[in-house]
Amino acid sequence: MKRNSKDQDAAHGKMTRRALFLGGLQLAFAGGLAARMRYLQVDQADEFRLLAEENRINIRLLPPARGQIFDRNGLIIAQNSPSYRITVVPEDAGDVEAVIAKLSGLVPLDPEDLERARAEMRRSPPFLPITLADRIGWEDISKVAVNAPALPGVTPEVGLTRVYPQLGDFAHVVGYVGPVSDYDLSKMEDPEPVLMIPRFQIGKVGFEARREDVLRGKAGAKRVEVNATGRVMRELDRREGISGADMQLTIDAGLQNYVQARLGRESAAAVVIDCEDGDIRAICSSPSFDPNLFVRGISVADYRMLTEDKYRPLSNKTVQGTYPPGSTFKMITALAALENGVVGPEETVWCPGHLKVAGRRFHCWKRAGHGHVDLNTSLKRSCDVYYYDVAIKTGIDKISEMANKFGLGIKHDLPMSAVAQGITPTKEWKASSYGKDWLIGDTANASIGQGYMLASPLQLAVMTARIATGRSVTPRLLKSLDGVEQPSGAGEPLGISENNLRMVRRGMHSVSNDRRGTAYRSRIIGDGMQMAGKTGTSQVRNITAAERAAGVIRNEDLPWERRDHALFVCFAPYDKPKYAVAVVVEHGGGGSKAAAPVARDVLLQALYDGTPPLEAYPNADRSRIKAQQERLERERVKRPLGSRSSRA
Amino acid sequence: MSYLEYHAKSTPTGLRKVLFLNWGLILLLATVSSVGFLMLYSVAGGSFNPWVEPQVKRFALGLGVMFVVAMIPIWFWRNISVVAYLGSLALLVAVELFGTVGMGAQRWIDIGFMRLQPSEVTKIAMVMLLAAYYDWLPPEKTSRPLWVLLPVALILLPTALVLKQPDLGTSILLMAAGGGVMFLAGVHWAYFAAVIAAGVGLVSAVFQSRGTDWQLLKDYQFRRIDTFLDPSQDPLGAGYHITQSKIALGSGGWSGRGFMQGTQSRLNFLPEKHTDFIFTTLAEEFGFIGGITLLFIYMLIILFCIASAIGTKDRFSSLVIMGIAITFFLFFAVNMSMVMGLAPVVGVPLPMVSYGGSAMLVLLGAFGIVQSAHIHRPRQTQR
Repeated sequence: MKRNSKDQDAAHGKMTRRALFLGGLQLAFAGGLAARMRYLQVDQADEFRLLAEENRINIRLLPPARGQIFDRNGLIIAQNSPSYRITVVPEDAGDVEAVIAKLSGLVPLDPEDLERARAEMRRSPPFLPITLADRIGWEDISKVAVNAPALPGVTPEVGLTRVYPQLGDFAHVVGYVGPVSDYDLSKMEDPEPVLMIPRFQIGKVGFEARREDVLRGKAGAKRVEVNATGRVMRELDRREGISGADMQLTIDAGLQNYVQARLGRESAAAVVIDCEDGDIRAICSSPSFDPNLFVRGISVADYRMLTEDKYRPLSNKTVQGTYPPGSTFKMITALAALENGVVGPEETVWCPGHLKVAGRRFHCWKRAGHGHVDLNTSLKRSCDVYYYDVAIKTGIDKISEMANKFGLGIKHDLPMSAVAQGITPTKEWKASSYGKDWLIGDTANASIGQGYMLASPLQLAVMTARIATGRSVTPRLLKSLDGVEQPSGAGEPLGISENNLRMVRRGMHSVSNDRRGTAYRSRIIGDGMQMAGKTGTSQVRNITAAERAAGVIRNEDLPWERRDHALFVCFAPYDKPKYAVAVVVEHGGGGSKAAAPVARDVLLQALYDGTPPLEAYPNADRSRIKAQQERLERERVKRPLGSRSSRA
Repeated sequence: MSYLEYHAKSTPTGLRKVLFLNWGLILLLATVSSVGFLMLYSVAGGSFNPWVEPQVKRFALGLGVMFVVAMIPIWFWRNISVVAYLGSLALLVAVELFGTVGMGAQRWIDIGFMRLQPSEVTKIAMVMLLAAYYDWLPPEKTSRPLWVLLPVALILLPTALVLKQPDLGTSILLMAAGGGVMFLAGVHWAYFAAVIAAGVGLVSAVFQSRGTDWQLLKDYQFRRIDTFLDPSQDPLGAGYHITQSKIALGSGGWSGRGFMQGTQSRLNFLPEKHTDFIFTTLAEEFGFIGGITLLFIYMLIILFCIASAIGTKDRFSSLVIMGIAITFFLFFAVNMSMVMGLAPVVGVPLPMVSYGGSAMLVLLGAFGIVQSAHIHRPRQTQR
């Protein structure tokens, strides 16, 4: 192709101009890029650096170790034990099913857990660990650890979980912990961030819930570097949390265990209180349940079993349950009458078997009557007419005032759930509660602890301790908090005439030591060990006139829930009171038969700090008691006491 | 110019050619590639595997290709440009039929030792053909409509094939490079003004088509544009790339966090950290200074090419050098704009730095042509 050089030069010149123009454009663009780079990296550097840090650093909370709970001798009631879990990271495992198959050859895996794990795997990103099995034994965990090379992505993990080695013995006192629920969070105004940790355990019921404030401790934190997918690359620094405070209860775990066993399958409650300082030595509600079930997350079947049981194992009958105190209230009526000078200790009342009050007959439990009855006899034989008579003379308000002095109708401040106040009725109370006037018959009913009168077993124990000492003994459950001894509950003198108190105590002594006393069969043999007590049998139904005429149906012939409650309160030794005990057996029948023997056995166990010698029992009963002791000993073996802790 | 004209001028022959190589350009290319090795070493967490080692091997291979290409006289390359163009079209069709699907697009052909991206070859082949076309076309015909339409068709044919893959980034690059060569060849301004106006019209048409049954772009391409326009709208979804990339860049500051200290890239916040987004790692670890230095080296390469293009009287040589320079420029300009949030994420690697075989080989081969043009440029002989 032929071209002239002029054309060529023109074309070349044009191209050079355009090349320079394009080069200029490119330079300008590069300048723009440089300016942009400067803007991002110099002008905005601080902001972006901050964003990068936020990207990179995550703060993870470290759950604090929960405070432990000990009994008065340092035996562990609630502890934190390592809980081993097996987790798998699907991403690292590769073929997850193959790994699971290999794993199940080593340790037992629950198919239900596996199903849940598979569902979780489908939902969550593959780098997050999935729990395959929880609460694995140490042996199984070590098997997994040893075989780790053959199990890619599988990690044995350790965390802390609450364990109650005493099983059911403290279920009602200490309660239990469980994972925080949305409902728990909704109740709190400003929930601590630590509560957001998945499966973090908080106190749900009982002492665990009431003293959550000190038991929980303070969460620590660690700063970790995470990558874009949220995987932790390394830990930058950590601040350990503060463990919750350790608690020591006043309860003697050994005695508690005995009482629980002694109550057996009855629907019953028993409280042992130290008369000298108000320490609660044992406080049992029966039947009980294993609180560990709730920590783990109770199964529907187990929960239904507990809620549908007519003996109500979940309710804490010692402080939550209130019962008509029945005849155990008679000491209060007597003291109110004596203190107000309505009746003298030697004065007698004629009991023909009933008393006509405002045109209505109030019956004594003994149809034939007790004849001439003085204070001592009235307590010993539990004559009702005597109390109708003196109570009407005293007036309900003074009786209620006396009851309050002895801790009835008062809400004792114990760190337990749903502590009941009970009821000590007054005229004003009835007017405001029912809008009705107080009737004289109500006073008669109240005088023998029936009608509106309601008290919890704890209140009855406190009442007995106050009668025994004349001091305002206050129940104490927490012995020391984080090593600091809590104030004693010994209390101030009540300001009741010692003479009157002595008369009442003597009456209680007769109940269990006089041949004609209602609890003579449950007496304690031995000088300086004698027991003073009072039986109570409280009706849960009205006995109609027609039934009374035809003969009152015996308790044994009634359905369980309509039978009388059996009560017994007592203290010992009579001369120098050490322990006061209250026992309520729901629908147990007569107090002397159903409650007194239990209370006596419990009292002896407490007095002897262990199994009492047979000599403490009446001669005739010893062989039967021996068999009972052996049976209980066997049953108690099933309730391991756990290991004694190193701390005193 | 004919073969005879070339021959008449004294050009170096044999091994003497090595002395006439543009050694400055080679040094610059080696420097840029070394920056790439350094960054690949860093993003691998201080390891030669899995990226540095293959990259070095490809660079060595690429250098070899460059030398061989450079030794062959430039007129040979002009003469085979039609063949090269047709060959690359055939490859594009082949990739459509047998290609491996990656990232939602058909782009690769596995040829044993490496994955070949035919669109890379196409860029150079197209530039070569256009340069040859304008070398052949008498300059006075350059702006005549018929003679303008022909190169436009030559550009649009491979563009359409690449767009079908679909690879929006490369197709834009193809059009821009082709347009650049036409501009240099002296096509009248008015055509470019018309094309730009048409382009604006097309863009609005593309947006109009969204959601209708004649939709011109894929949904993901629309979303990329959306997130480019406002990355904060979807910071964890599609906007994630841009947001994280800007964070990485910005947190680098003046002098960077130091080699291998970039948290954004080391902790995988950066997507595609070894390929398209490798510049963010550089900017995070070496800061503004590092970034601007790389940009400076790139611009030096462009300037060397422009100087070489102006310095030769051979029309084909000038055009092919400039065409390759434009292609190279478009590579890094689009890539940097993308990671700095100035352009949508279109999947263009950072030339010579990003991990990737075919781009590096093709680019070094292209620079071989630049070198060949440099060596075999017409010289004034002593008469």
